[in-house]
Amino acid sequence: MTTLTLRILATTAALAGLGAATPPARKLDVVATTPDLAALATAIGGDLVEVKALAKPTEDPHFVDAKPSHIVTLNRADVLIDGGAELELGWLPPLLESARNGKLAAGAPGRISVSQGIRLLEVPTTFDRSQGDVHALGNPHFLIDPVNVKVIAGQIADHFALVDPANAAVFKANLKTFNGALDAKEAGWQKQLEPYRGVKIVTYHNDFVYLAERFNLDVVETLEPKPGIAPSPAHLAKVIGTMKAQNARVILVQPFQNRKTAETVARQTDALVLDIAQQPGAIPNTGTYFDLMDYIVRTLATAFAEKK
Amino acid sequence: MRVQHLFTACIIAVGVPGAVLAQQPAPRTSGAYMNTSFVGLMDFGWSTEPDVGSLQLGDHDPRVRGFSIPNGELALDGTVDPYFKGFTNIVYKLDAQGETGVELEEMYFLTTSLPGNLQLKGGQFFAEFGRQNPQHPHAWAFADEPLVLHRMFGPEGLRSQGLRLSWLVPTSWYTEATVGVFNSAGGTTFSFRSDESAEIHGGAPDERDVRDPADLLVVPRVATSFDLSSTQTLLVGVSGAFGPNSSGPDARTQIYGTDLYWKWKSPRAHQGFPFVSFQAEGMTRRYTAGRRVSSENPNVTFSDEVLRDQGAYAQVVWGIKPLVVAGLRGEFATGSVAAFASPTRANRVRVSPNLTWYPTEFSKFRLQYNYDFRDGLGPDHSVWMQIEFLLGAHAAHKF
Repeated sequence: MTTLTLRILATTAALAGLGAATPPARKLDVVATTPDLAALATAIGGDLVEVKALAKPTEDPHFVDAKPSHIVTLNRADVLIDGGAELELGWLPPLLESARNGKLAAGAPGRISVSQGIRLLEVPTTFDRSQGDVHALGNPHFLIDPVNVKVIAGQIADHFALVDPANAAVFKANLKTFNGALDAKEAGWQKQLEPYRGVKIVTYHNDFVYLAERFNLDVVETLEPKPGIAPSPAHLAKVIGTMKAQNARVILVQPFQNRKTAETVARQTDALVLDIAQQPGAIPNTGTYFDLMDYIVRTLATAFAEKK
Repeated sequence: MRVQHLFTACIIAVGVPGAVLAQQPAPRTSGAYMNTSFVGLMDFGWSTEPDVGSLQLGDHDPRVRGFSIPNGELALDGTVDPYFKGFTNIVYKLDAQGETGVELEEMYFLTTSLPGNLQLKGGQFFAEFGRQNPQHPHAWAFADEPLVLHRMFGPEGLRSQGLRLSWLVPTSWYTEATVGVFNSAGGTTFSFRSDESAEIHGGAPDERDVRDPADLLVVPRVATSFDLSSTQTLLVGVSGAFGPNSSGPDARTQIYGTDLYWKWKSPRAHQGFPFVSFQAEGMTRRYTAGRRVSSENPNVTFSDEVLRDQGAYAQVVWGIKPLVVAGLRGEFATGSVAAFASPTRANRVRVSPNLTWYPTEFSKFRLQYNYDFRDGLGPDHSVWMQIEFLLGAHAAHKF
């Protein structure tokens, strides 16, 4: 091989190496199963990520259609954030199977199953489906608790840094900013709800236990007799009795749940029906996690004050 | 139930602060070594046709006046290793005489990490032709198999031993191209070298071994999908199935099909309701029948000819409110005049309204009425009640 050829090869290699060292800036393609996870990914990733949620904020996250467009979205993703704990069990597995994207395999840096770092509530010690659609791993509606959100934000920042090491410092800084804001916000939320410690509430599905635990509220009944089982007249009569006996005057309903049932119960118990959502964007002007929690805490405090 | 998950979850849950867990994430996933599930399906009802088997042609249809157990399906699936997933469906069923039949309905591997958006499937499995053929009865919106599917693929659907390669086309919308290559013989390749194909051509089946690659069955398909809006999705596909048939040494069959599925779901869907879906499939078959000796009378020989069959169904399914679904299906199947007057190729129409109530997503009650009209036999009326239960973590449904 001549010296000239070697030089040309060396130059080519150097140029190729230079190109690899400074790749064109491409945002990380992040897919979240639900809008709450998407909101956290946006907060941590900032301008370095392009985030897409599969579930709509207004729909029941247990029952999302495994639409073919989601296959394409997952096929191109660098990172997938899912709740885990069987929340998406009915629709995510076939999507991933068709998406054939090894970056999103369980255990890969691009896969963040956030429930893995969370202390889940209501993990059953014994159960079968006669108890309704009980989740073997515990109650999966944990993102409404700011303490859990902090854990998850940390997981997201860690994984983003693994997938995009060049920007690890940015993700770390974004996490610090987010956590600082979260601490300040949580102190404010606690202060707003402190006067209502122990207030008794009713929810449609068993989906606000984490909120209740964090803010010292007491869920005395759910309109569903068992998870996933439609309210029956007999059960609603029992709910009404409990609400009257325990002076529970607030019913929380998500956008996809049957508000009419809640209104019927509220009429007989002099209660307020509150439109509360777990997903940012389900209610107007609640696009970020902070917006959503501000709205929830404000709505609860106002209702508790009125019904005190 | 997943005892292993429960056990893991219990260990994790014992009073450990979340912050500590965040530093030491514990394993907690939905995928165990193997998922096990079982679907039990029973029918009962009545028909004006005493020979119910001549009217209800599918293997998972109601079989007799009174009670039928057409499908007890044991499904096993899981991740094999970093490269493969594995699936098995073992079906138990009782025939019209109450005798138990067992079949290895499906058993296949699926790759998880091939490059180039490719995916390989291999084993025994339903051919990806159209929409309903690859679906199991649990996912059907009606108590019986559409007429056109029986006309083209027989009582058990088109499935065989083979390989299927799929390519997810790198377009901004969903497009998937698949091609399956299968053995063309056996009881579940009705329009091809099936030993039951005498029902179609009337001759003694040509029994021979595979001579060359042209004796294999090839099933190509292209499907594409668009979100028409945030609440509406359209999925359309075209499929083909090409291979030899058993009416003669050089006889071949070509089947072409097109399918469409549209669904609207409320942006505020609760448990997936309300929704409306429309599904339709049309198929046409060109069956070259060779010169053959009648299977019933050795003194009769049928000359070679081309048998042409068409059929289609269209169905609307309305999820009225959580766990209540109404459906209406209309369908027909026709066949050209041939030397052998096959009952399974006779012209026929059927209209079927039904109503399904799911006490939960794990059980189902379905009431269906069928109005049938068979050329030369006239109208028939049937009412079927279908009851289904599901144990374990049944695999989630594709769109």
